[in-house]
Amino acid sequence: MTPQETVERALALSKADDCVVIVDEGSTANLRYAGNTLTTNGVTRSSRLTVISVTGQGVGVVSRSAVRPDQLADVVAAADLASREAPPAEDARPLVGPAVSPDWDVPAEPTSIGVFSAFAPALGEAFAVAETANRKLYGFAEHVLTTTFLGSSSGLRLRHDQPTGRLELNAKSPDMTRSAWTGVATRDFSDVDVAALDAGLARRLDWAKRRLDLPPGRYETLIPPSSVADLMIYLYWSAGARDAADGRTVFSKPGGGTRVGESLSGSPVRLSSDPAAAGIQCAPFVIAHAGGRQRSVFDNGLPLSSTDWIHDGSLAALLQTRHSAELTGLATTPAIDNLIMTGPDGGRSLDEMVASTERGLLLTCLWYIREVDPQTLLLTGLTRDGVYLVEKGEVVGEVNNFRFNESPVGLLDRMTEVGREEHTLPREWSDYFTRAVMPAVRVPDFNMSTVSQAS
Amino acid sequence: MRQIDPDFLALPLRQLADAALQRARDLGAEHADFRLERVRGETLNLFDARLEGSMDADDLGYAVRVIRDGTWGFAAGIELTPEAAAAVAEQAVEVARVAAAVNREPVELAPEPVHAGVTWVSSYEVDPFSVPLKEKVALLADWSAGLLKDPRVDHVAASLMQVKEQKFYADTAGTDTTQQRVRTHPVLTAMRAAEGRFDDMRTLAPPAGRGYEYLTGTGWDFPSEVALLPELLEEKLKAPSVEAGPYDLVIHPSNLWLTIHESIGHATELDRALGYEAAYAGTSFATFDKLGTLQYGSPIMNVTGDRTAEHGLATIGYDDEGVATRRFDIVRDGRLVGYQLDRRMALLKGLGPSNGCAFADSPGHVPIQRMANVSLLPASEGPSTEELISRVERGLFILGDKSWSIDMQRYNFQFTGQRFYLIENGRVTGQVRDVAYQATTTDFWRSMEAVGGPQTYVLGGAMNCGKGQPGQVAPVSHGCPSALFRGVKILNTVQEGGK
Repeated sequence: MTPQETVERALALSKADDCVVIVDEGSTANLRYAGNTLTTNGVTRSSRLTVISVTGQGVGVVSRSAVRPDQLADVVAAADLASREAPPAEDARPLVGPAVSPDWDVPAEPTSIGVFSAFAPALGEAFAVAETANRKLYGFAEHVLTTTFLGSSSGLRLRHDQPTGRLELNAKSPDMTRSAWTGVATRDFSDVDVAALDAGLARRLDWAKRRLDLPPGRYETLIPPSSVADLMIYLYWSAGARDAADGRTVFSKPGGGTRVGESLSGSPVRLSSDPAAAGIQCAPFVIAHAGGRQRSVFDNGLPLSSTDWIHDGSLAALLQTRHSAELTGLATTPAIDNLIMTGPDGGRSLDEMVASTERGLLLTCLWYIREVDPQTLLLTGLTRDGVYLVEKGEVVGEVNNFRFNESPVGLLDRMTEVGREEHTLPREWSDYFTRAVMPAVRVPDFNMSTVSQAS
Repeated sequence: MRQIDPDFLALPLRQLADAALQRARDLGAEHADFRLERVRGETLNLFDARLEGSMDADDLGYAVRVIRDGTWGFAAGIELTPEAAAAVAEQAVEVARVAAAVNREPVELAPEPVHAGVTWVSSYEVDPFSVPLKEKVALLADWSAGLLKDPRVDHVAASLMQVKEQKFYADTAGTDTTQQRVRTHPVLTAMRAAEGRFDDMRTLAPPAGRGYEYLTGTGWDFPSEVALLPELLEEKLKAPSVEAGPYDLVIHPSNLWLTIHESIGHATELDRALGYEAAYAGTSFATFDKLGTLQYGSPIMNVTGDRTAEHGLATIGYDDEGVATRRFDIVRDGRLVGYQLDRRMALLKGLGPSNGCAFADSPGHVPIQRMANVSLLPASEGPSTEELISRVERGLFILGDKSWSIDMQRYNFQFTGQRFYLIENGRVTGQVRDVAYQATTTDFWRSMEAVGGPQTYVLGGAMNCGKGQPGQVAPVSHGCPSALFRGVKILNTVQEGGK
């Protein structure tokens, strides 16, 4: 049974008032390596059916993998039963529709280990080069292809193909005291130049041959695009309209309401999402497998378009469902699976920003980022894989790692330079979020709370 | 004793395994294993006593892992026919062939006795999936409504996560195991904006390897704990901000379990210590050359790994490489004496047999070394929590976990909590807020002056410890007593934020 047939049969089987059916056809291929050798690898296939039944205002959601044709009726019946037993959902709205994707009938094509057919030998060659040069390479390459078919009793027949690839490459000295990391997001690995990435890491390991110890304190700091992505993604995830309206977050207005419209930054910075953004394309409609604070199953299929979360330094929108938009009196702006940050025109590259730095720290990545206080969005975390001291426009050596305590909202207000945006891979959140375009930023007083001995 | 569900046993487990393993043998695999797994999970979320979202999901599939020419190959599939299983085995061998280009170290596994035809079921009374959804929603809504009646509470969030995991494993050595276990985690959080602040207070009930009986009086008294939340929240909102500086700490098990998890559990995973996690979660300061010599903590510190503890989240009879699970020492008298192992790691470092720590969180993932229930042992005649507090002139008593972060070699950590009580002259005097404690792992554990007795011991834990690439989540428990630490750095989080 094809995914499209599964959708049609499940919709026909449902006895609920309304029904949404989502079929996710997934395939993955990955290589994981450490110390210039392979550690694990694999290919997988998956198929997941999610049936969302609506009876009155009650919703039942049942999700099953690997459903055989003879099991389909049971899955639909379970969702129908759950919808009858459920109390009324406060986010209940008429289903979205109708709309049909032009490629609805096209079969889903899986990825395979073949996606690495050119990359794997290049990686093996990089291992050989690294071994000769007394470096150890560690990392992970993954390609995931998910095709989602979304159908509804309201006439939706939408389809989305989402390729997600990433390469993470970490080089270390043999004694593990020097470390450098880089990563790239890709749609198909054809654009990954592993030798060039390894050469960049070798340069940074050379920088680290001179070691400098610095105490905790507030430092002028250059934050690279990958780290800016990790911080802004946390901000984005924390931008739920309902939580803000309930007074729970940094985007809550004291006394009630949200801070939409308030200035967050003196810089004309823009934080946005766009499903059609080149190289980071993502689903152009809402896909909600379950309800929650920031998503509603009733919004499935809702069209998505370019959305500014921060515009000209001011908070422009929060993550909304149709329900929360009514509660807050703001526009319906659902979450979108990519994030773009831009500053004023003419932003400089990170290398140019280094060249104009009198004295400051240059980060490589941030790690283990966790929320300390939701009302200020104070985050803690650590630097890793290279913090460098810049003096008179030159990197003069590697500095010890630090634990930081900072809020990305506070950083927006304090940053003194926004560089040129580029495609980047978030370091910490790449398990969940890979589609990002970010600039480097300069912060005059980044709070390095304590020293971390880790190298 | 409970039995494995008949509908799982009715799946063509043996036929699929035979087809896959034979195909792998035919294609020259030196080793092959087959794992068919079904993981069923249900999550409920309520806000202000109303159902906000629920999801009943399962994941069913199987995996074939091979070693061919000294290289791993792994493939996973979902079609339950012998032909499809054989094809997945072929894919696994093909993966090994492609991957050989990047492999420079032949894979071998530590020997393990054959365990043929064995079954194991965890200790629980009521299968959580036998309870109707509406009954669960009604119970959580009832607790939430009770809290909402209290004027000291603005909002209430409630959640319930339940999992049933069923696994069939077979390998070319002749082992085959069939296992089933459940786990449950209810949480209630009361929230309020007052005194110019917003804050919340959450139940401390840990996730447990128990069934639905956990919500109805077995293993935890939820009504009593829920009833205390408004008062605790009100006190927290009115509490003064902590003065930063060094304090003596009495840490309750509801907080200390997470510190154990991060600073001992992950640090003593041998794959981390050997660099296999280096590009992701990181390595460990507890490197292999320090085995037997590293003074991890004070001489009263004894830590075990144990996948046999009753109601433990990592508890199971056999791991995902067919290894019989056991209890083993990690820290003895304050010294590092052991690591958590899988079969490859054990052989690689000449440590004898694996201690059974291989785990995959789904049929689509390869088993990697995951955490056993790593626990700090109580002192057999040790003091009560109150006695520990009585030994402190100026300090803090910390309960409940909240924020956590540790560096990639497990040195520098920072934790917050649910409640912080000021201790003055041996007595608790009231809550303070805006607290985080920050330390280096070995400094912290060496500052432990006393551990409580068995009467203070609680099995805490997490349902979703993350590790590996592609990312996997594992359930794990950590038992510990209350413990006393001297001179730990306390931060004021408001000041840290620049306010």
